[in-house]
Amino acid sequence: MSEDFAAKRAGMAHGWLVRPWHERSTQVFLFSVCAALALVTMLHLALPAGHPLHVSAYTVNLLGKYLCYALLAVALDLVWGYLGVLSLGHGAFFALGGYAMGMYLMRGIGERGVYGNPELPDFMVFLNWDRLPWYWHGFDMFWFALVMALLVPGLLAFAFGYFAFRSRVSGVYLSIITQALTFALMLAFLRNEMGFGGNNGLTDFRELLGFDLRQGSTRLGLFIASGVALMFGYLVCRALICSRLGRVGVAVRDASNRVRFLGYRVERVQLYVFVVSAMLAGLAGALYVPQVGIINPNEFSPLFSIELVVWVALGGRATLYGAVIGALVVNYAKTWLTSAMPDAWLFVLGGLFVAATLLLPQGIAGLLAQLRRRKSAKRDEDREALT
Amino acid sequence: MKPLSSLIQRDRVFDFLKPRESPVDVRHGPILYLDEVSVSFDGFKAIDRLSLTIDDGELRCIIGPNGAGKTTMMDIITGKTRPDSGEVWFGTRHDLLRLDEPQIATLGIGRKFQKPTVFEALSVFENLELAGAGDKRLWPSLVARLDAQARERIEETLELIQLTEQRDRAAGVLSHGQKQWLEIGMLLMQRPRLLLVDEPVAGMTEREMARTAELLRGLAGRHSVVVVEHDMGFVRSIANKVTVLHQGRVLAEGTMDQVSKDSRVAEVYLGAPEEELVR
Ligand SMILES: Nc1ncnc2c1ncn2[C@@H]1O[C@H](COP(=O)(O)OP(=O)(O)O)[C@@H](O)[C@H]1O
Ligand SMILES: [Mg+2]
Repeated sequence: MSEDFAAKRAGMAHGWLVRPWHERSTQVFLFSVCAALALVTMLHLALPAGHPLHVSAYTVNLLGKYLCYALLAVALDLVWGYLGVLSLGHGAFFALGGYAMGMYLMRGIGERGVYGNPELPDFMVFLNWDRLPWYWHGFDMFWFALVMALLVPGLLAFAFGYFAFRSRVSGVYLSIITQALTFALMLAFLRNEMGFGGNNGLTDFRELLGFDLRQGSTRLGLFIASGVALMFGYLVCRALICSRLGRVGVAVRDASNRVRFLGYRVERVQLYVFVVSAMLAGLAGALYVPQVGIINPNEFSPLFSIELVVWVALGGRATLYGAVIGALVVNYAKTWLTSAMPDAWLFVLGGLFVAATLLLPQGIAGLLAQLRRRKSAKRDEDREALT
Repeated sequence: MKPLSSLIQRDRVFDFLKPRESPVDVRHGPILYLDEVSVSFDGFKAIDRLSLTIDDGELRCIIGPNGAGKTTMMDIITGKTRPDSGEVWFGTRHDLLRLDEPQIATLGIGRKFQKPTVFEALSVFENLELAGAGDKRLWPSLVARLDAQARERIEETLELIQLTEQRDRAAGVLSHGQKQWLEIGMLLMQRPRLLLVDEPVAGMTEREMARTAELLRGLAGRHSVVVVEHDMGFVRSIANKVTVLHQGRVLAEGTMDQVSKDSRVAEVYLGAPEEELVR
């Protein structure tokens, strides 16, 4: 706390109120992620497969998936924690990013598909299509797919936010229409005629940029890329939060009407932050799909979007790192539980949400902060006792 | 700490108390002009053909019983509520009914709300910083850096509102009176031409009240100030011209002595004894 304050003062000398990379919390976060990446890489590569501390390719893959979820949670926390927009449809942006990457991977299959068609993905051959739909063009290039993975969620967020924020929709109503948005997209993507593989989605991917997706080294690479993306996303959010615009966002969260009378255009602030968040969610989706090997309309399901709100709530809203902790903890629990008691997950999820709301309103991050405060108070006491 | 009087005395004009260059044109008349403004909520006429003019540099007090429409009038001027009919002009050039809240604020109309509204999660310093007269558009806000001049303005304002020691505390933990002061400080940071101040001394101690009166008096001249207040003692201490509002229209206008002698005014304050008005 006091270190952050010192950084704030140091930053002030340069005209910032605080520089994101001067914040102790940011430094600790980046260091932790780097250390975790290095540790997992070492345990995976250096130790023989039989060793008790060896991290298997399967686990590396699983952890990579969690990191993508963590980035998604950070994106949600940006709009929920720092702007007061509770999006119950952030899964839609994640899924769109995933579909963009899936389309690239799909086209990379080429002649190796069941039907051996060099041009068309299997499901199109199956539907007796003779030509690639126009919106599938360009996805044979990786850079194009990556740009689309950011652009498409960004554009959707822009179009949606433009109308919603301009009409000053807020609170529960906004949450409900975000939920409707993802539900509508799910229904659309379930249709075969849409050209995204219907309810099977896109799958059977072979390679990414020439690397075999089934190989351990590729999985390790994707895991590290996910970690780097998480750090990137965290810094983007932090820089935004530390700008004056970020403080306006917090003001909008707490008293949006008052902000207008200071001369700020609230709807533009909301729109900007919402679009940034959607693009980060799209990036998370793009990294997620090659690691799980499939993208289907399930990712659009309203339930998934609600689930990720639970991650953030449990981890601690408006801290960013709390969102990361929440995503990791809940998904670890989910992986463990769905193999132990597959039917219990939804009840556990609901229970977690209720517990978080009632017992930990500030989430795990709040609990950590409280412990830290208590410890430093104790240290001060001890020091006083000594003198 | 500098005494307040040194900060607001007329012959020593502090830069940060000067209004910003505003495009408002007051060469041909008043700074604010309301003509036959009416608004009703579900058939209830909250403002009923209200006409009012405020001169440039004037300090005007608006009094009236609860529900007279004082706050609604400010809502109309600042673009929060659209009237059903009538005209509202800022200077001779700006039709306020065509503008929305941020545009009106940017033109140089600042407002303090009846219920003090500060950004509770932000520090006192940050509250003032956001209110500051910088460019409020999206991109400039994103890349805005606090320069030495802006910081100095904030420090001076902090001193003026006596919150220097609380500068890094969250605004949410301030007392009611301190929040009132902070909001006044935010208003000053905006450097508006016209200040609309809704019940500024509610919850203040006698001493704080006297200080507020001194501050508002010091602002008049370079700014135009409209103050809504219930506290008659306070009104008497600052106003030379008072407008009495009742049921959405102007009941009387004049000096405090004139309006308090008005029999209709005494009537609407029935319940509040006449002495209170005359005190
Ligand atoms: N948004 C609104 N919807 C319905 N009625 C309103 C609204 N705003 C104000 N009123 C009514 O208009 C009248 C005037 O209110 P107001 O301007 O707040 O009075 P004052 O500030 O003079 O006490 C009150 O009777 C109030 O109930
Ligand atoms: Mg009122």
